[in-house]
Amino acid sequence: MKVLVPVKRVVDYNVKIRVKADQTGVETANVKMSMNPFDEIAVEQAVRMKEAGQAEEVIAVSIGPQQSQETIRTALAMGADRGILVQHDGEVEPLAVAKILKAVAEAEGPGVVLCGKQAIDDDANQTAQMLSALLGWPQATFVSKLEIGDGEATATREVDGGLETIKVKLPAVCSVDLRLNEPRYASLPNIMKAKKKPIDTKTPADLGVDPTPRLQTVKVVEPPPRQAGVKVADVAELVAKLRNEAKVIG
Amino acid sequence: MGILVIAEHDGAEVKPHTLNTVAAAQAAGGDITVAVIGSGCKAAADAAAKIAGVSKVLVADSAEYDNQMAEAVAPAIVKMADGYDAVMAPANTFGKNVMPRVAALMDVQQISEVSAVLGDKTYERPIYAGNAIATVKSVEQVDVLTVRMTSFDAVAAEGGSAAIEEVGGTGGQDLSSYVGQSVTESDRPELTSAKIVISGGRGMQSGDNFAMLERVADKLGAAVGASRAAVDAGFVPNDYQVGQTGKVVAPDLYIAVGISGAIQHLAGMKDSKVIVAINKDDEAPIFQVADYGLVADLFEAVPALEAELG
Ligand SMILES: Cc1cc2nc3c(=O)[nH]c(=O)nc-3n(C[C@H](O)[C@H](O)[C@H](O)COP(=O)(O)OP(=O)(O)OC[C@H]3O[C@@H](n4cnc5c(N)ncnc54)[C@H](O)[C@@H]3O)c2cc1C
Repeated sequence: MKVLVPVKRVVDYNVKIRVKADQTGVETANVKMSMNPFDEIAVEQAVRMKEAGQAEEVIAVSIGPQQSQETIRTALAMGADRGILVQHDGEVEPLAVAKILKAVAEAEGPGVVLCGKQAIDDDANQTAQMLSALLGWPQATFVSKLEIGDGEATATREVDGGLETIKVKLPAVCSVDLRLNEPRYASLPNIMKAKKKPIDTKTPADLGVDPTPRLQTVKVVEPPPRQAGVKVADVAELVAKLRNEAKVIG
Repeated sequence: MGILVIAEHDGAEVKPHTLNTVAAAQAAGGDITVAVIGSGCKAAADAAAKIAGVSKVLVADSAEYDNQMAEAVAPAIVKMADGYDAVMAPANTFGKNVMPRVAALMDVQQISEVSAVLGDKTYERPIYAGNAIATVKSVEQVDVLTVRMTSFDAVAAEGGSAAIEEVGGTGGQDLSSYVGQSVTESDRPELTSAKIVISGGRGMQSGDNFAMLERVADKLGAAVGASRAAVDAGFVPNDYQVGQTGKVVAPDLYIAVGISGAIQHLAGMKDSKVIVAINKDDEAPIFQVADYGLVADLFEAVPALEAELG
């Protein structure tokens, strides 16, 4: 089967972000961009499925500006076979992303779509669930273990109380969590090879989707800063302060 | 017109996060209806009817909602949502799993992790691991939201007397099925609602060493949490993780032990009232958010803390 992996270009997780002075958003110009860390885990899982003979082809798809090609190249260097760039400048909300991915999934017919559980920029945690709803497929979210069987998959999910195991029929949409695997670093030869792998470019309109945002962003501001406190000399002083000054313990 | 709150429940009881979600609904204004969807959930519906400020409970008690699989529950919510101004669920793994599915079926762009309800279909939510706060306005017919529990004080679980109305099922599904769960058992308070949390990081070095934190926790009536590094290393189960991708907590007192203070960790605890950091590295970023910092080896400081608490 084919595995489809959506990959998002986001501000690198190590960057300390800055809010724009005009409060319209977060500064992304001249900032290090990377693949969303959760999507790396999804790519790794897809490549492992291919290596295990469970998948024939891994397709990485990114929705975003021209530079999202780099994100697709990263996926190709990790072992994905080909890429699809759905090019669009400006914000694309999860619902529009899901509609675009639905069109791609219908054209490609994957057995599994592996999404990251959330993007670390908008922290929305919506795309996988929305995509599975639009396709009428089952969903396995926050997955930390995935076994592909005959026509079905068994997924272990990280939930508030611990772990939950479910079975989903294939095709299915999965959203992956941090502990599913540890993504590989692409080797130099694989980075070179990735340059020759094909990337197909489309637009949302080609896929019949209008990506105009539905929500209006009124403003984006920094959270109120937390004042740095004091250093205490020892445990006795700490406990005294917690009892008498902060009054948070009895 | 009004707000539909999706209850998180186990059939017998309504889970506490439902009470925070009702509080968010109160902030939005209008009549509040609580939806209880499950199989064998009459007792939970009775409990929901007692929640302060709730005027109606809709209960869909039908076999297809066994284990509350998203594929079965989402269509039920869509059916109930008709005519409401907004549908809200807690932004925990229950709400995060089902609500985007509901939103997509309704062709609505969901707003995740709402931290303030400003009225006029306008909401605040944290983005970039809480390093920015976005104010967004919805133009949808029905707003679909998940609510950050720590931003809304729970309403009282008792005091209301809502009318209970039964609604029919929406049909079975064979897309997904439930296999089982492994739940972390603990007598300590639940992490997200505890008044005091003590968390350990990579500096703890092993799962066994968490026993030191547990002893302090038991003296304080605290819950025990962890950083991602501690969970990844297998010291403690996944449900201990505090942070951007784990649980968000905002207790009166948060004690971070052997945790460096990465932004992804801070995202889950920086709204705590008082933060204590114990770390041997005086440059650790956790000290920038700590009200009280103790530069010390945790293997000396934690036992001393236990002794000092008497
Ligand atoms: C996409 C993504 C999501 C993430 N989500 C989360 C999340 O939800 N939650 C989370 O916590 N992290 C998350 N992380 C990971 C985060 O970036 C950090 O790697 C992690 O929080 C580090 O954990 P730590 O502080 O325990 O370990 P470290 O950063 O290794 O810090 C260990 C600390 O212990 C101190 N120490 C060591 N020994 C002692 C001793 N004997 N006495 C006193 N102090 C000692 C050290 O000085 C150090 O400061 C995420 C990362 C990514 C990329």
